[in-house]
Amino acid sequence: MAETRDPAEIAKFSALATEWWDPNGPFAALHRVNPLRLSYLRDVALTRFGGVARSPLAGLNVADLGCGGGLASAPMARMGGAVTGIDASREAIGAARAHAASTGLDIRFEETTAEALRDRGESFDVVVAFEIVEHVSDVGVFLSAASDLVRPGGVFVLSTINRTPKARALAIVGAERILKWAPDGAHEYDKLVRPDEIRMHAPALSWDDPVGIAYEPLGRGWTLSHDTDVNYLMAGHKPR
Amino acid sequence: MAQARGYDAEVLIGGGGLVGQTLALALDQAGLNVAVIDASRPSETLAASFDGRAFAIAFASYRMWRALGLGETLDPVAQPIERIMVTDGKLGRTPRTGGPSLLHLHFDRAELTDQDEPLGLMLEARHVRLALDSAVKARPQIKMIQPMSVTAIERDQAGVTVTLADGQRLRAPLLVGADGRRSFVRQAVGIRTIGWDYPATAIVATIQHAKPHGAVAHEYFLPNGPFAILPLKGERSNIVWAEPRKAAEALLAMSEEDFLAELARRFGDFLGPLQLEGPRFGYPLSLQLAERMIDSRVALAGDSAHGIHPLAGQGLNLGLKDCAALAECIADGVGIGLDPGDVTILERYQRWRRFDNTTMALGMEAFDKLFSNDIAPLRVVRTLGLAAVNAVGPARRFFMKYAGGAAGDLPKLLKGESLAA
Repeated sequence: MAETRDPAEIAKFSALATEWWDPNGPFAALHRVNPLRLSYLRDVALTRFGGVARSPLAGLNVADLGCGGGLASAPMARMGGAVTGIDASREAIGAARAHAASTGLDIRFEETTAEALRDRGESFDVVVAFEIVEHVSDVGVFLSAASDLVRPGGVFVLSTINRTPKARALAIVGAERILKWAPDGAHEYDKLVRPDEIRMHAPALSWDDPVGIAYEPLGRGWTLSHDTDVNYLMAGHKPR
Repeated sequence: MAQARGYDAEVLIGGGGLVGQTLALALDQAGLNVAVIDASRPSETLAASFDGRAFAIAFASYRMWRALGLGETLDPVAQPIERIMVTDGKLGRTPRTGGPSLLHLHFDRAELTDQDEPLGLMLEARHVRLALDSAVKARPQIKMIQPMSVTAIERDQAGVTVTLADGQRLRAPLLVGADGRRSFVRQAVGIRTIGWDYPATAIVATIQHAKPHGAVAHEYFLPNGPFAILPLKGERSNIVWAEPRKAAEALLAMSEEDFLAELARRFGDFLGPLQLEGPRFGYPLSLQLAERMIDSRVALAGDSAHGIHPLAGQGLNLGLKDCAALAECIADGVGIGLDPGDVTILERYQRWRRFDNTTMALGMEAFDKLFSNDIAPLRVVRTLGLAAVNAVGPARRFFMKYAGGAAGDLPKLLKGESLAA
């Protein structure tokens, strides 16, 4: 059985698990981009499933792969989704469970991997992988498992960092080492994934063009953009 | 959206005044579960003698009240302002008594060609209080806790818990401090303010006059401070008259007859004989700005964030714009599953409102400093300045639109759109 946990990666984030929900802590930047990826997800889901604006994920089974402390799981549960959040880090799952309990949200969190979930035969209407493909040990194995988890007619939404010189400059040198938005060493350049590689590893899905996420230091902060050179979002649809 | 387990409301509002109630209505329209904690007794705040002020409400603010369902109640008692005359006057030489002065700014709705709307509306405080009160009562899902004060605030990563004077504890993801200048919420969470007192008091009174006002508002910049005549329904006007503190105290204490004589010297006789309606009120003037509008799980709205000089009625208008922006930020955030106190919601609100509030407060301050001074060279400068501003159409139109609340990136409610999904 293929295994995409990377022990070094897991340890790195476990140490930070209790700080997941501090909006000014080590995951401050994730809190700031959360509205963008959530709006993108909501719009994709509304288009795909035709839900209602107030509760766009109502009646849908949602898997949050690499959920961390549950920063996206909680909002997706509030949007009406029946959410399963999985992460390979026990501490992250612990933090996610504690936060869900303190906010009265009903979410299934489990310390496991996408491959294990797939091997159990689980499937979901919506599968998300936010800021995770750049952290797994084998992108091909992970994306193959993730796309297997998507039900026919379902959708896979991911966000990640492109592998470009600009991404190296901005996301690694700029964001980690200079601005300290992400923990130092959170990202390795060679593990970054390009949109065409996503398509290649998950050919069963029909992929929308990627949408960029850009930061305007003097303007509105994080916004959706045409520039996919650094951070981008992408949705892949499984035929019915 | 029903609130999650462990919370008593999705948003707690500390303070149920004009801003607190407007915000409660806006959030309720957006589908949020709201509780308002207010220290005052409704029987007192709704009495005619409680608040003699009238508000010059920007049309954008009025559109919000209409969008929140207050139009039916407010339309019959709202006096539209069709023209504003701003004049740099010398005592006893106001344009009306001393012959027409060329030294004035003149704002006319006809210049706002893109919309058929008045420059603003005059509304008496008691009418607004009654309208808001009945609108809130008509929505029983808005929980009014009154009279009740907040005695303690505790915050954690998942929310805020307030302790009330009766020992009751309420928990929500977000607490809004709409509790006025001396905001308990602001002080409890450690947001500091900058500001200063003016050595001046605004005298506010309602007068009856023999002749119709023609829907014109007048603002005279007299040496001691601004003097405004604002049209109310009928042959009535509200005056806002700033004087140095001692002089104001004397004016408030003197007999009605003497007061009317002093008033007539400034007011002129263009509206015929004057008569006082109801008591005179005195409001000490001061400027106070909170160093920030948000903190963890807390947002400030209205006077708790910015108490400004009541010149041109911008104080309440800023508070109402806060309501529109905050309600929209929360509605948008909740629509993508964020909890109402999420840091990104609060930061967006602050980005949206901070610049406007600061520029307006400091702008009014500069405007007033320039005009309430009798030093000869300054007088000449401002005289020329006024004439110049009047000559420059676009600048004047921009100023007018800004004072009308229409410039910049407008929240939906200020465009008259509902927040209901």
